[in-house]
Amino acid sequence: MKLLVCVSQTPDTTTKIKFANGDTEFDTNGVQFIMNPYDEWYALVRALELKEQVGGTVTLFHVGPKANETVIRKGLAIGADNAVRVDAEATSAMFTAAQIASYAQSEGYDMVFLGKETIDYNGSEVAAMTAEMLDMPFISYATKMDVNGTTATINRDIEGGMETLEVDAPFVLSCAKGMAEQRIPNMRGIMMAKRKPINVIPAVESADLVKVTKYEYPAAKSGVKLIDPENMEELVNLLHNEAKVI
Amino acid sequence: MAVLVYAESLTGSIKKAAIEAVTYGNLTAQSLGTECIALTIGTAEGAASLGQYGAAKVYNVAASDDFDAQVYAQIISEAATQVGADVVVFAHSSSGKSLAGRVAVRTKAGLVSSVISVPEGDQFTVKKGVFSGKGFASYEITADKKVLTIAGNTFPPQVVAQDVAVEALNINVPTSKVKVLSKSTVDGVVPLPEAELVVSAGRGMKGPENWGIIEEMAGILGATTACSRPVADVHWRPHHEHVGQTGVAIRPTLYIAVGISGAIQHLAGVNQSKVIVVINKDPEAPFFKAADYGVVGDLFDVVPRLNQALKKFKESQN
Ligand SMILES: Cc1cc2nc3c(=O)[nH]c(=O)nc-3n(C[C@H](O)[C@H](O)[C@H](O)COP(=O)(O)OP(=O)(O)OC[C@H]3O[C@@H](n4cnc5c(N)ncnc54)[C@H](O)[C@@H]3O)c2cc1C
Repeated sequence: MKLLVCVSQTPDTTTKIKFANGDTEFDTNGVQFIMNPYDEWYALVRALELKEQVGGTVTLFHVGPKANETVIRKGLAIGADNAVRVDAEATSAMFTAAQIASYAQSEGYDMVFLGKETIDYNGSEVAAMTAEMLDMPFISYATKMDVNGTTATINRDIEGGMETLEVDAPFVLSCAKGMAEQRIPNMRGIMMAKRKPINVIPAVESADLVKVTKYEYPAAKSGVKLIDPENMEELVNLLHNEAKVI
Repeated sequence: MAVLVYAESLTGSIKKAAIEAVTYGNLTAQSLGTECIALTIGTAEGAASLGQYGAAKVYNVAASDDFDAQVYAQIISEAATQVGADVVVFAHSSSGKSLAGRVAVRTKAGLVSSVISVPEGDQFTVKKGVFSGKGFASYEITADKKVLTIAGNTFPPQVVAQDVAVEALNINVPTSKVKVLSKSTVDGVVPLPEAELVVSAGRGMKGPENWGIIEEMAGILGATTACSRPVADVHWRPHHEHVGQTGVAIRPTLYIAVGISGAIQHLAGVNQSKVIVVINKDPEAPFFKAADYGVVGDLFDVVPRLNQALKKFKESQN
């Protein structure tokens, strides 16, 4: 099976967020970037497991400048066979999806894996857009997948529950917790990753359609009010009369 | 020019997420000087009531109740063309998120997700939370057509009018390539992303056998239960309860955190709660910095006492 795994990079989860240029830009100075956890832990690992089960190739796909290759190398160290990097900034979900769809179309993949969302913009937009551009079924928030021939049986998260469905490849899949367990790259993987090919390709044209005009910081909390642990009536009273939430 | 709202009915009836989306659609329509139209697909009990929240018209398209993003996106895009909508609104829910990107591509629209403000100005500027609650971004949509998903618990339903009669909308429904085998939802419990009251617990609980006091509190309040990541990882609690940066992000009005340290990745998923109560025996626990009310004490003493006080309060309310 030909499997394509789309990975993005996001600021490390402990990053202090700063804005620059009159709060019109995200200040990347000193920010440590990691592979988006949903892409790494669930999409990539499930694709690798599937390859181990049925054979085939796992290709990583990333839109971003050369500086982002650290993240790609990590994906190769975890086990992907090769990688494609579109040499452009991922300026919007629409732009990114256009790059994935264009490449996937020309190469013919059986399954396109993405994480359910990125942990910086939490948009959950790229996978659905990619599926539409490819005119393929889109299975979102997948938590488990069994593959038999070209048919996949998939569990997906829905509000307050779960849905089980069946779909034939090709399709686009967004992966959530439960799909797989995180894999830590070992020394051999890291060594091998250095020799795996990264194919750099130019971007196809696509409009952004949206743009960020301003960033803001959240309002600071006014400080915690401590309540005597012996006096829980007081807490209930405050929640009812002061905060008015119960 | 109209605003079209897809009013989802995941389990066959109109729920809170759809009502909030219509409420938002109505506010947006008012600010644009146009009308809000609601669209339902398949079985949608209670669709007429969407009129109360500001839908001038409610349409239904006869189609399978089995959700398929490919098929539903085609129906919604076609409906948008038929009713002349330039703005299409979804709830930021599992269905809404699966559809919005597809509809944006089909209709060549600009998409902004998890929006928390009504569009402003000529440039159609909307705001959303970014970097897991560590900031907000204002977006301008430069395309003529706009697609939005609306953050939950942000636009409280407002009754502004009456029921309207549901009209059928004739749209050719394509064949689905997806076969839904089963669908299960827990009855009687408000799903976490929609919950206004959430009681959450972490590793301080020591073991899954101790969760009785947490469930008791949730029961008294009519709250939904949640947990920290390590607790779900070791299967003390189900995965769907895991909140945080790599779990569910929530915006309840009240979040009560019991025996949770308040690591930055946990806060990322809960820091947009309106009021946060923290119960922890360690006065240095980072969570207190993000809290509105704090109780420093042993949870095994404090929680039963709080449950008693809550019970008394609830009884006095009746
Ligand atoms: C990439 C990444 C992503 C992550 N994503 C998430 C996420 O989405 N969600 C998440 O929750 N975590 C996430 N984490 C983990 C996070 O960093 C913390 O490890 C985790 O939140 C800690 O869980 P906890 O607070 O339950 O446990 P602990 O940190 O062990 O805290 C337990 C707390 O209980 C208190 N306590 C103990 N006994 C008692 C008692 N008897 N009475 C009162 N208080 C008591 C202690 O004082 C302590 O503060 C992530 C980590 C990484 C690296």
